Amino acid sequence: MNTKTIFLYFLPLLPAITSCREDQLVVPTEYEIIGDEAPDSPIRGFYLVNEGNMGSNKCTLDFYDYYTGLYSRNFYSERNPTVIKELGDVGNDIGIYGSKLYVVVNCSHKVEVMDAHSGIRLGQIDIPNCRYVRFHRGKAYVSSYVGPVLIDPDAPKGAVYEIDTTSMSVTRKVLVGYQPEEMEIIDDYMYVANSGGYRVPNYDNTVSVIQMIDFKQVRQIPVAINLHRVKKDRYKQLWVSSRGNYRGIHSCLCVLSQDNPYNKMECIDTIPVAVSNMAIRGDSLYYYATEWNEYAGANTISYGIIDVKTRQVISDNFITDGTERDITIPYGIAIHPVTGDIFVTDAKNYVSSGTLYCFDRNGRKKWSVRTGDIPAHIVFLNK
Amino acid sequence: MRLLLTSFLFNVLITHAAETDTTITHLSPRDTINTLHEVLVTATAPTVEVIPAQTLSGKELQQLNSNSIADALRYFAGVQVKDYGGVGGIKTVNIRSMGTNHTGVVYDGVELGNAQNGQIDLGQFSLDNIDGVSLYNGQKSQILQPAKDFGSAGSIYIRTRSPKFNPGETYHARLALRAGSFDLLNPSALVELKLTERISASLSAEWINSSGKYKFRYRRVNPAGELAYDTTATRQNGDINATRLELNFNGNLNMGYWRFKAYNYNSERGVPGAIVNNVWRRGERIWDTSSFIQGSYSQTFGRWTTLNNIKYAFYRTHYVNNDDKQIKIDNLYKQKEIYLSSANDLMLNSWWRASVSYDFMWNTLDADVYGFAKPDRFTNMLSIATAIDLGRFKFQGSALGTFIHDRLQGQEAPKDKHVLTPAAFASFDIYRGLAIRAFYKQSYRMPTFNDLYYADMGNSKLDPERVTQYNVGLIFTKSSRGFVSDMRFSADVYYNTVKDKIVAYPKGQQFRWTMLNLGRAHIKGIDITALTTFNPAKDLYVTLRAQYTFQQAIDVTNPADNYYRDQIPYIPRNSGAAVINIAWRKWNLNYSYIYVGERYNQQENIKYNYTQPWYTSDLSLSRDFNLGRVSMRALLEVNNLLSQDYDVILNYPMPKRNFRICLTAEI
Repeated sequence: MNTKTIFLYFLPLLPAITSCREDQLVVPTEYEIIGDEAPDSPIRGFYLVNEGNMGSNKCTLDFYDYYTGLYSRNFYSERNPTVIKELGDVGNDIGIYGSKLYVVVNCSHKVEVMDAHSGIRLGQIDIPNCRYVRFHRGKAYVSSYVGPVLIDPDAPKGAVYEIDTTSMSVTRKVLVGYQPEEMEIIDDYMYVANSGGYRVPNYDNTVSVIQMIDFKQVRQIPVAINLHRVKKDRYKQLWVSSRGNYRGIHSCLCVLSQDNPYNKMECIDTIPVAVSNMAIRGDSLYYYATEWNEYAGANTISYGIIDVKTRQVISDNFITDGTERDITIPYGIAIHPVTGDIFVTDAKNYVSSGTLYCFDRNGRKKWSVRTGDIPAHIVFLNK
Repeated sequence: MRLLLTSFLFNVLITHAAETDTTITHLSPRDTINTLHEVLVTATAPTVEVIPAQTLSGKELQQLNSNSIADALRYFAGVQVKDYGGVGGIKTVNIRSMGTNHTGVVYDGVELGNAQNGQIDLGQFSLDNIDGVSLYNGQKSQILQPAKDFGSAGSIYIRTRSPKFNPGETYHARLALRAGSFDLLNPSALVELKLTERISASLSAEWINSSGKYKFRYRRVNPAGELAYDTTATRQNGDINATRLELNFNGNLNMGYWRFKAYNYNSERGVPGAIVNNVWRRGERIWDTSSFIQGSYSQTFGRWTTLNNIKYAFYRTHYVNNDDKQIKIDNLYKQKEIYLSSANDLMLNSWWRASVSYDFMWNTLDADVYGFAKPDRFTNMLSIATAIDLGRFKFQGSALGTFIHDRLQGQEAPKDKHVLTPAAFASFDIYRGLAIRAFYKQSYRMPTFNDLYYADMGNSKLDPERVTQYNVGLIFTKSSRGFVSDMRFSADVYYNTVKDKIVAYPKGQQFRWTMLNLGRAHIKGIDITALTTFNPAKDLYVTLRAQYTFQQAIDVTNPADNYYRDQIPYIPRNSGAAVINIAWRKWNLNYSYIYVGERYNQQENIKYNYTQPWYTSDLSLSRDFNLGRVSMRALLEVNNLLSQDYDVILNYPMPKRNFRICLTAEI
């Protein structure tokens, strides 16, 4: 072998293995035809926020349009190409109030505000470690794990921030319990579920009551440890989920009511079901419950319905066609306000695309679609 | 709370005439084996190694613009380095896509351990005092080695410099100062003393300080080609302040040697964290202390050679999260390790040897984490091996039995685990330097303390994760004194299967995980390495090296997964490196190029997980000169010459163009 040949062997090597980088494009939207059209419905469509795993910056927004039957996956960046590093890291909640769409992006420490119909960004409100959003009388309320740092640097109390929806700025905040999660508002009182998740094993066990007139915490109702979800029904009852401590103390669902002589919100019933998430329509509370079975080395999952009036579990499987076997980890649930269609999301292993399932009110699958990572929270858009 | 724990080329530049220190790892027949150190490494190395090996010598490492061992490993075929960026960023390696935990890292003859998570951060090992780094697929081509060395699927051997005195010399001293971008200041000192005819000592000390600040850039365009955004920011909280102290005693015996080492590494680092929307700075910090003492003794008595090692190690990691917006974390982890090993080799006749090794290891982990079980572990390993050398045909076979017994504080421990893993290696010299080689090896990784016992997430029922490797390769070596003074080429194809892979699996409600033996992966790959040196003019030596890796590493866990048969995360199909080194008298110019092809940052191969290829060009120029008795070297490096903006790991941006100078004085 002479030298020239050797040279020739080496020289092409460099360009040969160099497939080039291209300009990095704005994250593109993907469209899928679903076909479940309802142009005459008062519901235009729904938004789904995919949380994305922590550190991945893959919180994404999907939209389903009942006019066109088209599912748009990950539309935020195309709609808002100039936003640096896109929507953010770990979405945690979504809500619509008036003409505005609010997305709570937990690990980006902000609430993103968009036009509800176009998805175009209007601004953001920086709130540290923000969790959930609710609305009341022209204001948005956001729960946050971080109240003032000064009081107890090791485990600060959480807070609820009040946002003026016109100026999109924080107007007030009120201190609540430790690591507050979901909230619900009944008659000018806000009820906040405190988890205390940062204080393991000393979980919080209270629901904070905030008087909305002067935005003050007036009471903390002892309920159960490690609270998470709060939903109200049409009888002004609150349904509060407790996650237990994952060891000896089991998860449960607590019912709070003020139907007593003092008109005081109190825990009146505890249902021993490990409710992970729920949605209420009429008298039916749809839930799914996930529990790890140590012996089987697998999750035990049930999809049930509770009659909120009788507080009895009336069904332990609202999915009736066997589709539940395809679902690895149910993660989000929503009920279509008009048709009663049931939406359940599957987060799979949390680090790959999830699936959104649509079931009719009888629990038969209508359609399913691939989503982003950890599909979680759904909000319906009115016409 | 979201709990997801967040893991070359062959020997190379040629020994030219001008070279002062012997490149010990060079395997051509003309290498002489005369110093103590070389005996350790290459005494039994055949002309053609039975096992694929890639080596970089200390001299080459100096020219390769590398900050740490991890940077240097990028020049080896089949290796993927996970680099979170910067001087202080964590760097782990994955050999042939089998997973970081299958990589053994051996420092001066004794394997480094981390019973907590099984991963060694190679960013902690500087190249200051390094005499050579070798990568072995399968295991080292020696049967006289600790039982533990038979256990890993692939191993990295780091050898520090050991004193070699010419007649009349009684000491050596070296001072080096590196400085450059990221406010890097890195002085180091080395003293070597000849205590007696047979005993020498060395003390090496190093300090690294860097702010870790560098500019990085994110840029996006829309499909029409218009700029969407273009932002440049400074990486924050990536600072490091570290010291390394190393004391060695080496003794020469009749047909043998002993050595003693005391090692201490201390560091304080910021954890720069992922760059995500609205978050450009984080508050996590880590303090690491690694200390160990180790001793080796080896001697040959007639047909019997014995090699004995002893080690005591203490590791301390203090992790603090000071971010006002997040949960406060202040955790202290302490690990201790005791290791004893005896390897014994018997020469049965001129072509046949056999060995038996027994290792004992004790590990414990103490963590002030709620619900942590404070485990300790007893590991017993017994290996038998044999080597047959019939000249053109060589064979090695080994079998390793591993027995693990864990104890937990206040809890019932899982049942004992045991694994038996065989391996067979063969090579055949076909024709004048052209040889064919093949191996089959089974290996495993034991579940780590984190996998088994981490609060809430651990699963004490885990079984070992298993890997099977098949490899066939060709190797060609030629040395001559002509225009082309050296040539080496190797190509290996391999097929690996990983089963019972330990993966995080969602458990119960809301972001809770457990570990399961769930994953399966199939890996098909090709590693090609090539080297040639020629001498086009007097005093001018040009060396070209290249390395190319193809890997198809697919997830075959479950056909129902939407990533079934997709390429596993962060494994490029194509990657490679090329190095051109030009040495002329006292000048040395080095250009190196690294290419890592497109990858996916999550399991699914969809466009949302697509990660662009990256390729960097590094340039270094050095000159040797003398100031009286002192020999000096000045080195100037430019890294990422074309200032490419790239991420190795999603959201962990890498530095743009950066510089370093290094001044070394030696007597």
